[in-house]
Amino acid sequence: MSKQVKYTKSHEWVSVDESGMATVGISDYAQGALGDVVFVELPAIGAIAKATGEIAVVESVKAASDIYSPVSGEVIEVNAALQGAPDLINSSPLGEGWLYRLKLSNPAELDGLLDETAYAAICA
Amino acid sequence: MSKRTPLYQKHLDSGGKMVDFAGWDMPINYGSQVAEHKQVREHAGVFDVSHMTVVDIHGGDSLAFLRRLVTNDVAKLDVPGRALYTGMLNEQGGVVDDLIVYRLGTHYRLVVNCATRAKDLAWLHKVASGFALTITERPELAILAVHGPEAIDRVAGLLPTAWAEPVRSMGNFRCGEFGDWFIARTGYTGEKGLELIVPAADAAGLWDRLLAAGVAPIGLGARDTLRLEAGMNLYGHDMDETVSPLAANMEQTISWLPEDRDFVGRAAVTAHKQLQLAGQLPVLVGLVLESRGVLREGQRVVTDRGEGIITSGTFSPTLGCSIAMARVPAHSSRCDVELRGGLTPVRIVKPNFVRFGKKVFE
Repeated sequence: MSKQVKYTKSHEWVSVDESGMATVGISDYAQGALGDVVFVELPAIGAIAKATGEIAVVESVKAASDIYSPVSGEVIEVNAALQGAPDLINSSPLGEGWLYRLKLSNPAELDGLLDETAYAAICA
Repeated sequence: MSKRTPLYQKHLDSGGKMVDFAGWDMPINYGSQVAEHKQVREHAGVFDVSHMTVVDIHGGDSLAFLRRLVTNDVAKLDVPGRALYTGMLNEQGGVVDDLIVYRLGTHYRLVVNCATRAKDLAWLHKVASGFALTITERPELAILAVHGPEAIDRVAGLLPTAWAEPVRSMGNFRCGEFGDWFIARTGYTGEKGLELIVPAADAAGLWDRLLAAGVAPIGLGARDTLRLEAGMNLYGHDMDETVSPLAANMEQTISWLPEDRDFVGRAAVTAHKQLQLAGQLPVLVGLVLESRGVLREGQRVVTDRGEGIITSGTFSPTLGCSIAMARVPAHSSRCDVELRGGLTPVRIVKPNFVRFGKKVFE
């Protein structure tokens, strides 16, 4: 995974590789606050994500939470492993617990997101 | 400032995630609620429930008072060492609280809910008016609940030899005094286990020895999913002062006989019985959602007989799907719940989902 991980105030992360492919998930802080994740609703492949728009639902023992896409683009892959093992989001929120990948349509949106330090500050 | 039990530091030592629970700083989990739930269903776990309220009743009129106070008949506790689950009602037949009554050698002991402590104590004093007895709260005691198929063995293994055998052979809803410890075969999980009421000074040592014996600490999150799988009510959610025990699956806690026992709320709940027979009293049922999603308290349901509401809902770690308790019109046979995706069908079952680690409904 790229080192360049950016965060939203609503606790999603996005990381972008050299080819402009973005991977999205929820932060470690978010999974801790949610508790054990039991169901995940992912977007359809080909869906068009809009920055800050609802794109997925993560449901835990505690609550159902809307996931807002950090960036805009076309969804090209979803994490199928989450259907059988939603707890990957708890055990590896920034790794195996990723939610979906998309092709960025407006890379400039990344500049408006929080870096690691700024995000850590809002979780403190 | 939140109240803390004698085990507060132990919770932090075990990585407990502390939250406010009715004014107490309590562990919601120690990492994973689902893992803790499974630990209790498959092995053994310990809960700190010292926030619950212990009240001792001494004096010559204790039995007469308790037969007036609660719906179950405390005269059934014919010898010391027995316990029963019951509700206490107001004059309108609403549930003031649910509780367990224990008969000890020289007196009775009540354990009531933490969130209702102040109103319960006021109610006890009110009903006790004219009876010769004393009501003594015991905040200096800690309560550890140890549950799971291995729980009794684990606890007995830590006890002096003279205590171990009577504890191992103790039947369900039996109890005993061992020095200044009180040990009962009661609980809130649907598994075998014990509740130990001990002096605060003994709590941390007992906790450490339980953990060393392989008993895992379990938070209030798993306590809630375990009790809901077992179909056990949670006060303030599944029933309260506006709800008849007959509409809260508590009918088996009412002793109608003898007919001349005048417990508080008897006249009202007798009228509720007539409504129930006429099909006019709602009923607390179990719901199972076989598709994806989680049923939650407060969600509206629609049955073939009208509307109802979910009083407790969760994801069942044992069943791998969502379950709930809901208050619905009598004789409902079909039910839909309003979920995010619209009306979704759910199955109506008896509100008892899991016992001794196994699914119990068809």
